[in-house]
Amino acid sequence: MQRNPQLNANGELQHLLSIEGLPREILLQILDTAESFVGVTERDIKKVPLLRGKSVFNLFFEASTRTRTTFEIAAKRLSADVINLNIAVSSQTKGESLLDTVANLSAMHADVFVVRHASSGAPFLIARGVKAHEHVINAGDGRHAHPTQGLLDLFTIRHYKKDFSRLTVAVVGDILHSRVARSLIHGLTTLGVPEVRVIGPQTLLPAGVESLGVRVFHDMREGVRGADVIVMLRLQNERMNGALLPSAQEFAMTYGLTAEKLALAQPDAIVMHPGPMNRGVEIDSSVADGPHSVILPQVTFGIAVRMAVMSIVAGN
Amino acid sequence: MSALPDAEALLPRLADGLRERVTPEVAMIGLYTGGAWLAERLHAMLGLATPLGLMDIAFYRDDYNKEGLKHDPKRTKIPFDVEGRDLLLVDDVLYTGRTVRAAMNELFDYGRPRSISLVILADRGGRQLPICAQHCGAVVQVPGGMRLRLKRSEGDKLKLELERAA
Repeated sequence: MQRNPQLNANGELQHLLSIEGLPREILLQILDTAESFVGVTERDIKKVPLLRGKSVFNLFFEASTRTRTTFEIAAKRLSADVINLNIAVSSQTKGESLLDTVANLSAMHADVFVVRHASSGAPFLIARGVKAHEHVINAGDGRHAHPTQGLLDLFTIRHYKKDFSRLTVAVVGDILHSRVARSLIHGLTTLGVPEVRVIGPQTLLPAGVESLGVRVFHDMREGVRGADVIVMLRLQNERMNGALLPSAQEFAMTYGLTAEKLALAQPDAIVMHPGPMNRGVEIDSSVADGPHSVILPQVTFGIAVRMAVMSIVAGN
Repeated sequence: MSALPDAEALLPRLADGLRERVTPEVAMIGLYTGGAWLAERLHAMLGLATPLGLMDIAFYRDDYNKEGLKHDPKRTKIPFDVEGRDLLLVDDVLYTGRTVRAAMNELFDYGRPRSISLVILADRGGRQLPICAQHCGAVVQVPGGMRLRLKRSEGDKLKLELERAA
C-alpha cells in the first residue's frame, strides 16, 4: 500500500498538502495547537523561539496577498527567517523547471517550502523530491486544495460554535473553481459535521459533488434555511473562461448573500468568506460588515493556524 | 521500594513556607500539567488576591529539533501584568531544570518580573542546568529508568507516582 505522502513513517505530519486523507486526530492536533498560538498572538511580544535558525521559503507561482502575508507573519512569529519569492515574475519566465527551482532553493538550506501554484498537484510533486528535513506546505494548488484556508475555516467554526457534531454548514457559490470549498468540505466531514450543504448553479458545481458527502441545493433560500454557518465563496472572474453564468448581476440576485436571505439561517449563524470579497456580488456589504460576519477574525485566526502547521511539520 | 511522600501531606507544609512571601503584589503561575494542579491548590490555600496564571512551555522547549512539538499544548493564560511582580513559579517535580529554563524564557516574553521564586513538590536531583528551588516539599530518590509524576485522582487528590520512563 502506498503511504500517505503527507505523513512520515510514524504517521506524523511531514508535509501539509491537502486535508483530504488526513486523519481526524491530526486535524484536531492542528486546531488545538493553533488555539495555543492564538494566546501568543494576543501578547505584546508575539513571538516564540521554536523555528529559530530555520528558513521558510514562500514560493508563490501565483499571485496572493493575504495568504502570502499571513504565512510570512506566521513564520516570523515562530522566529524563522522568511524568504519571499515571487516566481511568477522570475526564473519560471526564463524557462527553469519547477523542480530545478526547488533544488536551487534547497541548496540554499531551506527547511520549509510554502507553495502556491496554478497547477493542481504541484506541491505534491515538490514534496516527493525534497530531502528528509525539508517540509512542504500547500498554500493553494490550482482547483485542488488550499488546506490552511480549510483549517482556518474549521478553526473559526469551532471557535464560535464549539462543537462540530450538531452543525449545519452551507457552502455557497462557485464550488467548481474553489480549492477552498474542497478543502473545507473534506475537513467538515472528517470532523463529523452531520450536514454539509453546497449551494450553487449546476454550472458551478463539480460533477459528482454529492460523493463528497454533501447535500446539493440550487435554491439559495432553501439551502441556507436553518444553517449555523454560511461560507460564501468568491465568484472567480479570472478563472471563468466561457459562459458558465449569464452575468455577475444575475448571480448576485440568485446566490448573493443579502440580509433577507441570511434571516432564514439560525439567529446566531456566522457568515464566513475566504476573501477577497466581491461586495455586491456574492455578498452584500450590509452582511459582510454586519453582526453575523466573522470574516476579519478568520484572517487573524489564519496566522495562528499557519503557525501551528509550520511548527508541527518542521518538528517531524 | 521506599515509600514515596504523600503529596497531600506535603501541601500544607509547602503553603506554610510560602505565607511569609504573600503580599498583594505576589502572583502565582503553575506549569501544565502537574504544576498547574499543585498551583490551583496552593493558590487557594494562600488566598492570593491576583488570579492564578497557567503556563505551557511547549513553544519554548529546547528539544524541539529532536522531538518536535508535543501533541496537545495548552494555551498559556497569564491574567495579570508580569511587569514588576514577584512571581511564584510552581511545578510538580524538579529534575533536569530544563522546564524551568523554558518557563523563565516564556515569562520574559510577557514582561520583566521583579523576582521569580521556584516552588516544587518534589526534587529528584539530576540537574543539568544551574537551577534550584526556593521552596521544596520533599527530596525524593528515583531509581534509574523511572519517572516521578504527579497524578490527580477523583476528588482532586494529588499523589506522587513512579512510572517507567519512555
